[in-house]
Amino acid sequence: MSIILNHVNYIYDGDTEIPVKALDDVSIKIEDGEFIGLIGHTGSGKSTLVQHLNGLVKPTSGGVYYNGEDIHDGDYDLKTLRSKVGLVFQYPEHQLFEVDVFSDVCFGPKNLGLPKREVELRAFDALRQVGFPEEFFYQSPFELSGGQKRRVAIAGVLAMKPEVLVLDEPTAGLDPKGRDEILEQIKRLREETKITVVLVSHSMEDVAKYVGRIIVMNRGKVMFDDVPKEVFRHYKELEAVGLAAPQVTYIMHALREKGFPVNTQATTIAEAKEEILRVFRT
Amino acid sequence: MLRDITLGQYYQSDSVIHKLDPRVKLVSTILFIISLFVVDHIIGYLIAGLFLAVVIRISKVPFKFMVRGMKSIVVLLLITVIFNLFLTPGEALVTIWKLKITKEGLRIAVKMAIRLVFLIIGSSVMTLTTTPNNLTDGLESIMKPLKIFRVPVHEVAMMMAIALRFIPILLEETDKIMKAQIARGADFESGNLIKKAKSLVPLLVPLFISAFRRANDLAMAMEARCYRGGEHRTKMKPLQYKKRDAAAYTVVVVYLAVCIIGGRILPGLIDINGIFGR
Amino acid sequence: MGIIQTKKLVFEYIRRDEEGNVEGITRAVDEVDLDVSQGQFIAILGHNGSGKSTLAKHINAILAPTEGTVWVDGMDTQDEEKVWDIRQRAGMVFQNPDNQIIGQVVEEDVGFGPENMGVPTKEIWERVEESLKAVGMYEFRKHSPNKLSGGQKQRVSIAGVIAMHPKCIILDEPTAMLDPNGRKEVIRAVRALNDVEEVTVVLITHYMEEIIYADKVFVMDRGHVEMEGTPREIFSQVEKLKSLRLDVPQVTLLAHELKRNGLNIPDGILTIKELTEALESLK
Repeated sequence: MSIILNHVNYIYDGDTEIPVKALDDVSIKIEDGEFIGLIGHTGSGKSTLVQHLNGLVKPTSGGVYYNGEDIHDGDYDLKTLRSKVGLVFQYPEHQLFEVDVFSDVCFGPKNLGLPKREVELRAFDALRQVGFPEEFFYQSPFELSGGQKRRVAIAGVLAMKPEVLVLDEPTAGLDPKGRDEILEQIKRLREETKITVVLVSHSMEDVAKYVGRIIVMNRGKVMFDDVPKEVFRHYKELEAVGLAAPQVTYIMHALREKGFPVNTQATTIAEAKEEILRVFRT
Repeated sequence: MLRDITLGQYYQSDSVIHKLDPRVKLVSTILFIISLFVVDHIIGYLIAGLFLAVVIRISKVPFKFMVRGMKSIVVLLLITVIFNLFLTPGEALVTIWKLKITKEGLRIAVKMAIRLVFLIIGSSVMTLTTTPNNLTDGLESIMKPLKIFRVPVHEVAMMMAIALRFIPILLEETDKIMKAQIARGADFESGNLIKKAKSLVPLLVPLFISAFRRANDLAMAMEARCYRGGEHRTKMKPLQYKKRDAAAYTVVVVYLAVCIIGGRILPGLIDINGIFGR
Repeated sequence: MGIIQTKKLVFEYIRRDEEGNVEGITRAVDEVDLDVSQGQFIAILGHNGSGKSTLAKHINAILAPTEGTVWVDGMDTQDEEKVWDIRQRAGMVFQNPDNQIIGQVVEEDVGFGPENMGVPTKEIWERVEESLKAVGMYEFRKHSPNKLSGGQKQRVSIAGVIAMHPKCIILDEPTAMLDPNGRKEVIRAVRALNDVEEVTVVLITHYMEEIIYADKVFVMDRGHVEMEGTPREIFSQVEKLKSLRLDVPQVTLLAHELKRNGLNIPDGILTIKELTEALESLK
């Protein structure tokens, strides 16, 4: 199970006369079970990229392959693909529409034409997977708090039992606690189900703690594609394009400059703490 | 997909037509449309066509933008032409099966087609050369006399301005929600009419909720900025007639006169019977 | 008396079920006392649903207190005749940049407030120019707001408020929907406003890095003020902040963790420089 983007270009006619190149020769491979952070600022092409993964957008040139099959081949079943590659949009709570939470989550599996029992079973499972409390199952989704609404929306995609879960800015607009809760939930979900996760974000700090690989997008191009430590090594280049490495990276480099023999590759607070303590203990 | 819809599209340029007062353009457009229905002879249409061509030339708006506006009425145009062509009684020119094209039918069909095409092009000249805001200002000013009849002129203009501002935002939002629901397996295309209508629920419910939320936010933001209706208000860009506006009015009135004389009165007097004549 | 003052401010709303029966009463703001002096930069911090936005809407007389009183520049917000004066004196910027821009051209939007106030045409143009320059958006004056980035839209909104010549400006989570670049732009504009124009600023947010420059911080939870002090005083209580669903900048958290592990570092470290200096003095 893998997704391959092979030399994908995507050009659209903007409001000006000059066409905009949203994706510029992008080639990436997403392997089974990976946890990927896709980083870039607004307009870097990251949202366009994820819409290629489930065939919502067709590349101007280049190919997208799911399990080795070209998804834009004439007789390829895009509907099935969309259940295999679940895409959760930004502010997903804006797409809730049913009278209660449970029916809303049923929408996805129902569209797959599954029997009623299976649909309900999946909806139940999905809501449980996102840690949604059972007593609110039959409440109107519009009366929930922001964080809960978002869980329902994520469950709505999970209920289709995707093999890959793509989340576009799942923490936008949440407060710090709400953000941590959602990210922890995604982490737990991954550990439980071994699902492949692509997390789109503009915050390095948010993803550094969780993902195993970071893809940095800038002006439609893949700028870096590596493990977090290697990507953050380029913190000066990242800054030049308006992205920042986690503050920890800056702290470690500042200490190094002042003559502390710390390893600058620490990316989380726990790692940084260990490094500094190690230096002070020796 | 939805972004292709063009509504009140404005084409930036610095022509005299662009600089005219919106009231002049509104009144002129109305007079032009009237002229189209007054004239009844090929000469009249020639005059109208010539006038339109000159105005377009002066406006510096490429002709393809005018044609773009035509796309939306192609169906309407075809229906009008076909109905008139086949359903007008009179002397038969061609007979296909039970349908016959009459001489009168052909005449009326061509006449209606020309009128419609000119009408659409004429009004797109106005919308292409006037910013939507300017247009609402113009409307507000022209409709001012209606205030006596308790028509909330300012409020109507404000509503129009807000609608114009939010149409692109809501179109984008529609696009986004549609994509999100497609990602959840929704199908907006296949099925019969009832199924199609049903499939719109997951699109329309979120869209309405969002529109109401936006309306609520906007109302609050406007109040916070001291908005309390049209009273006490001053204008950042008040409308003022200039010399060129008076000149434009004169030109339009002269055109109207020429049109009526050339396209209606004169042919009646000399009684020339061309194909398009009476 | 300060420019903004609240005394025992309470705001309650009635929750109703689907049939409209009363389900209960929620106290969104609970006995809040504030006193803000002219020229201060105040930050109000709190998680979603802590009552901070409800509090903000009282300062602009959009909401009226259930109990207690709010004064803006000496005027009671419940005095109906003063409402428009209060709204001019205390301008407000909201969270969603799309839902507060009325004009279809940047300059027309900035002129909207002064138009409503009945400012003469010539002066409106002067105010629009000076306000757009103050937020660095003058070169975009002829643009359509739809074509701007989130940060730029918020700066236009701020200009729209400045053009009304307010004495203070309340920003209700102006950066919540922006990306890091947009957030920086907006905070920079707000700080400039406070430093250069000496406008009183009340910034409502849940991003901790935005409050470092504030003169005073109020932390809200369940409708009341839970903590109050300078940013340093607030940040020195990491555990307490965490219990209030907030977090602290990574540098503060790291300093806190190092201290817990026995290093002698002062409380409330705010910048990388402070941390490296503290560590250097230990060497």
